[in-house]
Amino acid sequence: MNHFEFFNLPVAYELDLAELQQRYRKLQQALHPDRHASGSERDKMLAVQRTAQLNDAYQTLRSPLLRAEHLLALRGVDMQHEQKTLQDPEFLMAQMEWRERVEELDAGYFAGIDAAYKDLAAQTAELQGELERLLVANDNEAAADTIRKLKFMHKLRRELEALEDV
Amino acid sequence: MAYSEKVIDHYENPRNVGGFDKNDPSVVTGMVGAPACGDVMKLQLKINDAGIIEDAKFKTYGCGSAIASSSLVTEWVKGKSIEEASQLKNTQIAEELALPPVKIHCSILAEDAIKAALEDYKKKHAG
Repeated sequence: MNHFEFFNLPVAYELDLAELQQRYRKLQQALHPDRHASGSERDKMLAVQRTAQLNDAYQTLRSPLLRAEHLLALRGVDMQHEQKTLQDPEFLMAQMEWRERVEELDAGYFAGIDAAYKDLAAQTAELQGELERLLVANDNEAAADTIRKLKFMHKLRRELEALEDV
Repeated sequence: MAYSEKVIDHYENPRNVGGFDKNDPSVVTGMVGAPACGDVMKLQLKINDAGIIEDAKFKTYGCGSAIASSSLVTEWVKGKSIEEASQLKNTQIAEELALPPVKIHCSILAEDAIKAALEDYKKKHAG
């Protein structure tokens, strides 16, 4: 299933999000159950199916990480989420340090949490930029590893968010 | 999700937590991470001149199953030769801890940590 084709968009990482949203809304309206109220049961069911596909495609494309994964899948790269571990000692050592830092942050210590957010955002943006370059350069294996790294950054973000819920 | 008794035991009383002095020439380190859940595992082995693993320590940030898997492998590899340790399979870990399918990746992480540490050993003894 090519989600880009669903929206009649070029298969590329770069994407105009406003354009995507516009096309999404148009397709959504066309598939709305009210428009198919007088149709056969089969028509109605198809519309429901297409709506589910549409939502799936939209959620995938509008997320930078999911879009990158989808693009790699179309290029024949399987991310093997459950099976493949990341083995980049430098990055993982930094992750350990991050975890220690987050562990030492007391819930509700907002100045510390804010500083951590800022550092995390900067490092995440750097990886995101690297991912874009790698995808444009067709360096798919390196791009897959960068996606894996970004997943760790997102996990850290969730940990920080959890600290805010006091 | 229900954890098995063995997972809970290792989680509540993890064996061999910590690390060794990484400047000690007999110490090798394996670092691995699981992107699916963001778990990070560091496994350090102390390997003597005869190629026997004398001691093992770990530090893991992750769920109970990830901690139990790493705790278990530190117990298992102690006293083993490099050759024996390299044969350890994630399925043995998963079986011992009765890990459910969604937690199999924790045992893969532990297996890969051993492999990464032994890879570090090879690198250190290549030159």
